Amino acid sequence: MNASLLLLADSRLPAGGHAHSGGAERAVATGAVRDEHDLAAFLHGRLTTTGRVAASLAAASCALATTLLPDATPAGGPASGGGEAGWTALDAEADARTASPAQRAAARTQGRLLLRVARRIWPSPVLDGLALAVPSPHHPVALGAVAAVAGCPPRDAALAAAYHSVTGPATAAVRLLGLDPVAVHRLLATLSDTLDAIAGTAAASPHPDPTPPEGSPSEAPDVWAALPAHAAPALDLLAEQHVRATTRLFVS
Amino acid sequence: MTTPPPPATPRAAHPPATPGPATTPPDTHRTALPHSAAVHLATAPQPSDARRGAVARGPGGRRAMTAHAAIAAEMGGRGRVVLSTLRSAPPLTLRQTGPERVHLVATAAGPLGGDRLRLDVRVGPGARLEVASVASTLVLPGRGESVMVVEAHVEAGGRLVFTPEPTVLAAGCRHRMVVRLTLAAGASAVWREEIVFGRYGEAPGRCHSRFDAVHDGRPLLRQEFVVGDPAVDGSPAVYGDARCVGSVLFAGDEPRPLAAEVGEGRAVLPLAGPGTLVSALAPDAVRLRERLALPAPDGP
Repeated sequence: MNASLLLLADSRLPAGGHAHSGGAERAVATGAVRDEHDLAAFLHGRLTTTGRVAASLAAASCALATTLLPDATPAGGPASGGGEAGWTALDAEADARTASPAQRAAARTQGRLLLRVARRIWPSPVLDGLALAVPSPHHPVALGAVAAVAGCPPRDAALAAAYHSVTGPATAAVRLLGLDPVAVHRLLATLSDTLDAIAGTAAASPHPDPTPPEGSPSEAPDVWAALPAHAAPALDLLAEQHVRATTRLFVS
Repeated sequence: MTTPPPPATPRAAHPPATPGPATTPPDTHRTALPHSAAVHLATAPQPSDARRGAVARGPGGRRAMTAHAAIAAEMGGRGRVVLSTLRSAPPLTLRQTGPERVHLVATAAGPLGGDRLRLDVRVGPGARLEVASVASTLVLPGRGESVMVVEAHVEAGGRLVFTPEPTVLAAGCRHRMVVRLTLAAGASAVWREEIVFGRYGEAPGRCHSRFDAVHDGRPLLRQEFVVGDPAVDGSPAVYGDARCVGSVLFAGDEPRPLAAEVGEGRAVLPLAGPGTLVSALAPDAVRLRERLALPAPDGP
């Protein structure tokens, strides 16, 4: 594991993650999550659906970014950065897996903020290229690219994405329900095997050749098409209810 | 060897004469199937006689089946739609029930474990086709996993309405559903999918469904539903206390843009690409259908 992963996964990274509850606030408001037991089920379900998809996208993004890093470019080859067609295609794969407009907006807001701070922390033409191709990428796409630039392999990017999918809601629930923070961290600890398994599977997915075939730059490679797409219909409903709510503590 | 080798392409036997006005012309149409990385279980070499395909005998009292049915609609002369292919393959039996409508009639119980079923649908340029089913599909256990693959292509100006009755997951079933919907630029489709978690009072078997819709070469909607893991099914993030999940996709050039909306157990979700998804959760199939309906009088 690269130490940069700790920085990336740290909730103190000033990338705005604390403003999002990942549906937890609305789940609490509607009574779907009332206690620690409900929260455990909420987090487990979120991790195995949305978290799995985010992990796979982050691993794919990290693999793509790694091929674009300056030292991955053959001498005399094209300037590093770029990868526009790849970024656009991968981001479109994230869009196709996020039916809820509210969730797409939340993912893009978090992706834009992460990319902005990361370009100052780990300046790289790869991140410049991503920002140029997709100014507000889905969070897992941004996270994967940033992880690669910070020196992390796809598995670490996947782990950070999966972890991010549960820690935000867990922290939010502590604040919203006044739960015992230690008990909630114990819940997170029980998810670590699942986190590892999801990250391992995500990183083992085949990743495409970074150069798409000539003449079809808009078509995502088949390996991206086959990435997991687990839906969480209740989260979609919660997200759409939340953006319409008049009183809310969290953005999502 | 007196037995001829299986044909190189998957091919099911022609069914016995299908009642109704449909004609089954020689099988001139063969859909080109893109080979994505998604599962292609049903494209494995098949025996020449679909009903002789496998040996496992399930609780339904029949053997596992391998079947490959196909429908193709084209524009004929005088602006009429012609079904150039209507190939049943038991248990997938097809009946033409209107000028542009085909009903799927299950002629055997199931699917049950071990079944490998596939339906190809092709709507040619400017043509219209509606596919429905006469009854819900009850997925039963058997030997191994049952697989249902639907591969649909809609050409420019074509419109496909695919609204079968729900799939009900009986206890102990292991089912895999794969839908690949490919729309050309200028094509449109309405696609309904409803999954019911077991018969009344019954815990569901396992199901993994994957839906991939691609419009003009770009991914429009990819979603998987996994049912049958109690730790996930009951999660307030996934299905909560619902017993049914469903969605209706309006894809491509639909005349009515739908505004985002959220109500009891349902949401109208405008997609990033050209399409809208109505997504719903419900305690039973009747309420699921109500929640998937649009307020407009011409809803699905």
